[in-house]
Amino acid sequence: MILLDRVTKTYSKAMGPALNRISLHVEPKEFVIVVGQSGAGKTTLLRLLTREERPTSGKIIVGGIDYDKLKDRDVPMLRRKIGVVFQDFKLLPNKNVFENIAFALEIVGASSKEINNNVPKVLQLVNLKGKEKNMPQELSGGERQRVAIARAIVRQPKILIADEPTGNLDPEHAWDVIKVLEKINRYGTTVLLTTHNVEIVNKLKRRVVTIKNGKISSDRAKSGYSE
Amino acid sequence: MSRRLNTFGRIIKSGLVGFTRNISLAAASIAVMTITLTIILFSVLASATFNHTIDQIRSRVSVSIYLVDSASQDQVNNFIVKLKNQNNVKSVTYISKDQALAIYKSENAGNKTLISAVSQTANPLPASIEIEPYDINKLQDIKDFIDKPQYLALQDPQAGTSYSGDRKLAIDKISHATSLIREAGIVAVIVFALISMLIIFNTIKMAIFNRREEIRTMRLLGANSWYIRGPFVVESILYGFISAIASLLIINTIFLGTSSGLQATSLGLLDIGYSQEYFKSNLLMLLTTQLGAGILIGAVSSVIATRRYLKIKPAK
Repeated sequence: MILLDRVTKTYSKAMGPALNRISLHVEPKEFVIVVGQSGAGKTTLLRLLTREERPTSGKIIVGGIDYDKLKDRDVPMLRRKIGVVFQDFKLLPNKNVFENIAFALEIVGASSKEINNNVPKVLQLVNLKGKEKNMPQELSGGERQRVAIARAIVRQPKILIADEPTGNLDPEHAWDVIKVLEKINRYGTTVLLTTHNVEIVNKLKRRVVTIKNGKISSDRAKSGYSE
Repeated sequence: MSRRLNTFGRIIKSGLVGFTRNISLAAASIAVMTITLTIILFSVLASATFNHTIDQIRSRVSVSIYLVDSASQDQVNNFIVKLKNQNNVKSVTYISKDQALAIYKSENAGNKTLISAVSQTANPLPASIEIEPYDINKLQDIKDFIDKPQYLALQDPQAGTSYSGDRKLAIDKISHATSLIREAGIVAVIVFALISMLIIFNTIKMAIFNRREEIRTMRLLGANSWYIRGPFVVESILYGFISAIASLLIINTIFLGTSSGLQATSLGLLDIGYSQEYFKSNLLMLLTTQLGAGILIGAVSSVIATRRYLKIKPAK
């Protein structure tokens, strides 16, 4: 589902590579946690996957799409196949919960009927039924993040990328978010989660890829993690 | 297809929402574009009116030659044939002595003294030839031709030749004024169109800056470039639309509405009555032109601005 082959990303020569010859293979329906300290290269990895950045060298193939052959104008099509959740949620502040989720469908030209069918379903999935009319600023951090997840999955992507989704949340809300991600994974979506929350990693017991100084320092199944 | 239609509808809706949200930013764009379009409209109207005035005067310009009674019909016919072969001669009309008398009588039908005066004696009026030129600015050619000795002999030396000289002068002046106004109009339109575009540029630049996070989110969610650019273009086209209507209202109110005042002070060259008539009878054409110009300025500047300013690097 995700294949990185000797991928290097250098922002500036003086700084050295942010990612250095990283190779990673993620199977469909897998749940992979990428851990590492700030600046280790986690965010760079995700930005490469969403094509916000291009690798300096190496090959990336996601969902059968070879990024070398991807034209700029086809990038939107790629992003429609990948759900992305951010640490800072990135909800649109002038739209309510329903509209924020509907927005992801509007972009791809979905009809009002499709929107009215699908949005309530994902709201239920992330346990936010009844909050449709709330504005983002009226919600708690955990609720906002669940809205963001609902927005990321409403188009039923094969892959969900979550970049530190619990970074801004207290432990209780963080766990709510993780539970939703697990549920989505059970329904068949490949999940790539970055975090530096040791407790979550240890509790999840999933494959853990550790990035250190731009390199993969360990890649273990059902592993734990300590800083 | 229906997905595209959905998207198209949403782009328009989003443009309208953006327009109401940015109304204070939009005001400057609309104001300067209204000025531009008003200048265009004024130029069109003034040009049409001046051209009308010139045509009116031009159609009355002719060269009249008065013939001596001793000229034979053959000589006169020969002269007319030769005249007709001249390049600048549009038409030649021969008015015989009898016709001249008839015209004189009908023109002075009310004045019995004059009528009886011409009736009592032998017809005192000369036969004449009226020449209508193509180009009133080249009357000299015709003058040179009719001043040749063999033709001069046919002409009444006392009556002389009438060149409608004063009219020619008036026409020269109006022609000059028209081309001056047209040139000044073109320069003003270009300058103001550029200013409009710059201001629209800035409006869009600020709108994009204000919404950069939203735009980045849209990109990451897979919105294609037109889904993001489209609403800005719709917004700018709307500026053009409003400005076009405003320019018509302004011209109608200020220029035509106050016509009685203008008429009194006008130089007699600007026929406000004709301007009004032209405005009314060509309203649809003028509206189309103004809308076209406004929409074009809005669309072109927003397409360029969004291309330029939406290439922002993702924020850290």
